Amino acid sequence: MTSPNAFPLGKDDGRGDGRDNRRDDGQNDRQDPAKDCGSGVGRRAGRGDRPDRHAAEDPYTPSARRIERERYKRARARRATAIAALSTLVTGLVLVLLVTGSPGWQRTRETFLSAEYARMALPKVLEGLLLNLRLLAVCGLCVLVLGLLLAVARTLRGPVFFPLRALAVAYTDFFRGLPLIICLLMVVFGVPALRLQGVTTDPVLLGGTALVLTYSAYVAEVFRAGIESVHPSQRAAARSLGLSRAKTLRYVVLPQAVRRVIPPLLNDLVSLQKDTGLVSIAGAVDAVYAAQIIAGKHFNYTPYVVAGLVFVALTIPMTRFTDWVTTRTERRRAQGGTV
Amino acid sequence: MTGDQDPVLRLESVRKTFGGTRPGRRAGRGGGAGGADGGGRVVLRDVSLDVPPHTVTALIGASGSGKSTLLRCANLLEEVDDGAIFLDGEEITAPGVDPDAVRRRIGVVFQSYNLFPHMTVLENAALAPRRVLGLPRAEAEDRARELLARLGLGDRSGEYPDRLSGGQQQRAAIVRALAVRPRLLLLDEITAALDPELVGEVLSVVRDLKEDGMTMVLATHEMGFAREIADQVCFLDGGVVLERGTPARVFGEPRHERTRRFLRRIVAAGRL
Repeated sequence: MTSPNAFPLGKDDGRGDGRDNRRDDGQNDRQDPAKDCGSGVGRRAGRGDRPDRHAAEDPYTPSARRIERERYKRARARRATAIAALSTLVTGLVLVLLVTGSPGWQRTRETFLSAEYARMALPKVLEGLLLNLRLLAVCGLCVLVLGLLLAVARTLRGPVFFPLRALAVAYTDFFRGLPLIICLLMVVFGVPALRLQGVTTDPVLLGGTALVLTYSAYVAEVFRAGIESVHPSQRAAARSLGLSRAKTLRYVVLPQAVRRVIPPLLNDLVSLQKDTGLVSIAGAVDAVYAAQIIAGKHFNYTPYVVAGLVFVALTIPMTRFTDWVTTRTERRRAQGGTV
Repeated sequence: MTGDQDPVLRLESVRKTFGGTRPGRRAGRGGGAGGADGGGRVVLRDVSLDVPPHTVTALIGASGSGKSTLLRCANLLEEVDDGAIFLDGEEITAPGVDPDAVRRRIGVVFQSYNLFPHMTVLENAALAPRRVLGLPRAEAEDRARELLARLGLGDRSGEYPDRLSGGQQQRAAIVRALAVRPRLLLLDEITAALDPELVGEVLSVVRDLKEDGMTMVLATHEMGFAREIADQVCFLDGGVVLERGTPARVFGEPRHERTRRFLRRIVAAGRL
């Protein structure tokens, strides 16, 4: 792949390395971001260029027809960019005028968008956010482990495992249907009400438990879908080698299943990240509760907006990462890979 | 019952249907198992077959004649409805037999390779020696490497299956099946999914295996190959072995009209 660039006209920015040029000849520059990530992905994705091993010996010069075609494509792309920019500008302007022109705008701005209160709230909110992040890390891990165990429990065969299987089914059915907020209220206020010896009354722990209960049910279903998506012929191949059912699951089915469900899992993790804000109803001082304290004291809602934006800012990288992983998986599949 | 010429694999009146209910289950102990198959589709009606050691048996027949089902039953991937299957004189369809222990002694190669896509070729081949036979990793990989080299895949052992050609994938699948040193190899239309120019490399591997004295049963549409390599040919039709004999006999002087018709169609399609 260190061959000199055989197609100087492939891309506008001239930083292609021959391989990328070839690959997107036909599809224009529409998927640039994904491709940039893709070229650094790793040993498997990087070698999807079998047909052109001999590019170096190929004395190819692009024909006039091709040059004309490329020029047309570039012109069209420029035009599309210009239209998009203009359209965005107009839409933005209309929205701004619409909002600032509304009758209650002055008052709304003071209550929700006060710079003074925002400055006051930000440090407290960020302090509270640490708790959200800690919750995310711990709950996320517990959710993944519990979810996987539940999914595996549902695949177990044999009479001994019947209660386990039934329990797993009942668990996922129940907690998937139960609204998270109700689950939280039950755990956070119900458990302490029992006055059990040795059981915590810490709102953070209880809130975290409620999150794990609900999310592990979701994640279990994701894992189960992944397990079921592995083709039966894979199982047959493993069993024909003499692998037991458990070993087939462990070495053949699960590795493929987990790889396939990484995008939806990340999606659930993004969801969990913002739902950690709900532990505030238990009285744990997280970002949302910190905002609530200030908002309540000064009758100004700006802290809520600040907290909201902080969550959004935190979620966006995660969402982009999820998108990137998804595209990568899709592309690999499209290239003929099976993973 | 384990003399040198006793069959490695023996099928006795094997019957297999798909769909429908089991008579024994519904009728209880009074009804017996006679008669109804519960409305299922009969794939194997009454199949008996002996596979002597160090021989190659070719199963031929139209699509849906039960070749693959027969192989799947022999490997216990399907449960037979009636009849019995013996491996080295021991009944493997008897209740209480550990299927994993049986499968360990039988290698299977599938039409669609079914390599594990998340493992390299070497890992594919070493998986069963490690996890089934319990060999240490180094030993299992040595064994896998040696087989890969023998089948001309020595330089591809670090690759993932999706980087290999169809012929290479199928050879890798053969290595994987051989790695547990099976007593018997079942080959289920192993060239059917291959591009024509890749068929040869896989068939030559099978030829080498015959040289080494491997006992094999192969379901195939490659009549020329069956004629060349097989010690006995079985023509399956309507759920029974309609005709059975040496390749020269079955291909040269088929006794049944249905065999003749089948072979005529094959010849017309340019496959013989």
